[in-house]
Amino acid sequence: MKVFMAQDLLKTNAGMAERNRGIFTRHKILTINLISSPGAGKTTLLENMLDILAGELNIAVIEGDIYTSRDAERLENKGVEVIQINTAGACHLDAGMIAGVLKELPLEKLDMIVIENVGNLVCPAEFDLGEDFKVAVLSVSEGSDKPAKYPLIFRQSRASIINKIDLIPYTDFQLEQVIDEIKDINGYLEIFPVSATKGDGMGAWISWIRDMQKGKSRSVGE
Amino acid sequence: MHELALVRGILEAVLEQAETYQIKKIEKVKIVVGEMTSAMPEALQFAFEVLSRDTSAREAVLEIENRPVKLICRDCHLVFTPEGLKYSCPQCISSRTDILEGRELFVEYFEGE
Repeated sequence: MKVFMAQDLLKTNAGMAERNRGIFTRHKILTINLISSPGAGKTTLLENMLDILAGELNIAVIEGDIYTSRDAERLENKGVEVIQINTAGACHLDAGMIAGVLKELPLEKLDMIVIENVGNLVCPAEFDLGEDFKVAVLSVSEGSDKPAKYPLIFRQSRASIINKIDLIPYTDFQLEQVIDEIKDINGYLEIFPVSATKGDGMGAWISWIRDMQKGKSRSVGE
Repeated sequence: MHELALVRGILEAVLEQAETYQIKKIEKVKIVVGEMTSAMPEALQFAFEVLSRDTSAREAVLEIENRPVKLICRDCHLVFTPEGLKYSCPQCISSRTDILEGRELFVEYFEGE
């Protein structure tokens, strides 16, 4: 006997993600999933974003790490709600983990949630958390071959940040070539070369986030 | 990546359905794995072998169909297989392309009695 199923193997996560998505849409909260290799500068980027935006928008951060709450501690005095999820081994956040912490957040008041995923360019690309979009953060010190080595994350993202551009003079990083390669993989990506520590390029990135948030706040809730 | 978790999901779904149809022995499970997913066929086979041991799928064959990546151009509607990582349209050079196939990860059917 043959039984046809067409059962998606990531069904459980997909279901949870849609549930999360519904909650974010209902409350008009722009939700971003920040993904990168370890050390690309996600937390520093966030620190700088929050310095600028925490005064004008109500933001919450969900931090994902295998162990420690060091990233959450760095963000403590930025005037935002921070929740740390320790996966204790899992190499990515999944929709269930996010669903589990949503009740800790003042959803009716929030304008934006930034999810800082576990440092990993591979697995987080596969797992929908219910976010509005993923942002792939790449840093100059990782070399020019990363888009070719990790095409899925660039395909799945809406924006890509190339961080640490202040280091370009000290490396053989080929910025134009990398931008071209990323565009080859995904022509829809918005690309932002920045230095989170020095501030270069951050204006364009913040401006774009502001636009995305305005768009979300005007969207029709459920 | 996560082939063990994926295979656990496959077995759970298949065994549940098998019970509904009163199938006592599963002989074959067919899954479709897109080229662009991070699931490796060898690891899926290994995980299936290990996890099915104490179940009615212990002698089942896991058939894996790989689906290569196929894209469609939004502008000229060409359906094409990308060369390497060039996901832009080879015909009209547009970078507005969508993935048609290659992201699948599902159980198509199983056989047993």
